[in-house]
Amino acid sequence: MSIDIETVRKVANLARLDLKEEELEILSSQMADIVDFVNQLAELDTENVEPYIHTVSETPMREDKKGETLEREKALMNAPEREKGFFVVPRIVEI
Amino acid sequence: MELTEKGLKELSDLIKRKEVKPSEVAEAFLKRIEETEKEINAYITVIEKSVEEARKKDEKEGEGPLHGVPLAIKDNINIEGIKTTCASKILENFIAPFDATVIEKLKRAGAIFLGKTNLDEFAMGSSTEYSAFFPTRNPWDRERVPGGSSGGSAASVSARSAPAALGSDTGGSIRQPSAFCGVIGLKPTYGRVSRYGLVAFASSLDQIGPIARKTEDIALLMEIISGKDPKDSTSVDIKVDRFTEEMKKDIKGLKIGIPKEFFEFEIQKEIKDTFDEFIKKLESAGCYIEEISLPNIKYSIPTYYIIAPSEASSNLARYDGVRYGYRAKTFENLMDMYNKTRGEGFGQEVKRRIMLGTFALSTGYYDAYYLKAMKVRTLIYKDFQSAFERVDVIAGPTTPTLPFKFGERTKNPIEMYLSDIFTVSVNLAGLPGISVPIGWKNNLPVGGQLIGKPFDESTLLRISYTWEQIFKHYENKPPL
Repeated sequence: MSIDIETVRKVANLARLDLKEEELEILSSQMADIVDFVNQLAELDTENVEPYIHTVSETPMREDKKGETLEREKALMNAPEREKGFFVVPRIVEI
Repeated sequence: MELTEKGLKELSDLIKRKEVKPSEVAEAFLKRIEETEKEINAYITVIEKSVEEARKKDEKEGEGPLHGVPLAIKDNINIEGIKTTCASKILENFIAPFDATVIEKLKRAGAIFLGKTNLDEFAMGSSTEYSAFFPTRNPWDRERVPGGSSGGSAASVSARSAPAALGSDTGGSIRQPSAFCGVIGLKPTYGRVSRYGLVAFASSLDQIGPIARKTEDIALLMEIISGKDPKDSTSVDIKVDRFTEEMKKDIKGLKIGIPKEFFEFEIQKEIKDTFDEFIKKLESAGCYIEEISLPNIKYSIPTYYIIAPSEASSNLARYDGVRYGYRAKTFENLMDMYNKTRGEGFGQEVKRRIMLGTFALSTGYYDAYYLKAMKVRTLIYKDFQSAFERVDVIAGPTTPTLPFKFGERTKNPIEMYLSDIFTVSVNLAGLPGISVPIGWKNNLPVGGQLIGKPFDESTLLRISYTWEQIFKHYENKPPL
């Protein structure tokens, strides 16, 4: 399977990755190689096989009650930009 | 004997008998770290203040089983107040705001932390060459990789700059570096150990586990870190064995299965010969050896390289430059900030896997890739299930080759992926697996892998314990 630069660019956009031209080129050939490699799964008949699920435990139910949370200061301590107890992001609404 | 030659249990006994103080132990290891780091670079962060922590314990009676005993932690597990970098530029300055559950448990047991060890960025790799900071070197040969992704943890234990360490294993990241560095590494059953506070890579595969030189230390750490945790809904409420007692049981009569398909892969002669010797000796020790078949095992690597990148692409979506981590310096708008932050912050292997995963999950490809892989995963699981109707344990080499040289496999991603050929199936099936040193060839360690039934780490530890009475591999010390 070949994966052209345009497809790689589209996937990079979905993944929110800004890639340089040379990165796009390398990835186009490497992804094609890897996709060819994983395509060997196609030779297996999985018509009547259920997708894997961890069988040891079911998702446990718990009571819907208040528990511990991270203190505000700790939640903010690694923020690239913060102000008055909030995370700051670039403006997203035009005024 | 020097303090740094000792394991966790031995150090704990010395401290309990007041023959040595916790601060003296911590000092001895920090000194050893200073001596060995220029050769191997196992640590990203060395916690110098661990001596102060130890000193606080000097005069106290030890209540926990690790009172005043130090160990090293892979740098993708959170210790409050210490950096967790995941060997990534995107988390270079991230300070953990809370303790992982395993760290909380170790602290309660009285442990001290020497530092955070190197890994491939976000645990994606098999050599530590994908660390954004520096590669770790194999203590047995500095021209060669220590394996990965827990390469720093395995190298530090091998180099005696830590008596033991924690690693994490998504496709072999504890077992493969343990094999390459000549130490023991255990990946517990999926659900045995809480992953709360472990930075997520592929959530249906990740497990935390111990690395040490002696089985008793692996068993001791397993007793401490195992168990149900309400903060990790995948952790399982099942009895935690007294592993330190269970390991001492005789192995006579155990049935060990050897999958014939393992030997259809290309394996170096040195590895094959050492493994054959290992099996012969286990047979002499009273085990029954039987050939078994895992017909779908050859599909493990392709299955893994759909599932793991898919889960990674979703897990790593959180690194967006908003709440923590690196943020690009210049950008035009919010979208541009996301794109640049991630483009500049992630290294090549992480980007490759995010791209693969995003591709495999995207519209039009989901059924052909992710869903298909999850079905093959069922087949692989069933192969193991039927094998375990006949045998107690499955054995094989941990790796197909001896430790390889730097740069040998970074050009072709698939070649790097193939170094995990014997280990990934164990994660896919959620089983416990241990790598034990089974010999040395050309002065390089060879690892043997034992795979157990779900939650039967005890049997793996029994064989590991008996084996180290036959072959005292923990006495082999790298030239450092």
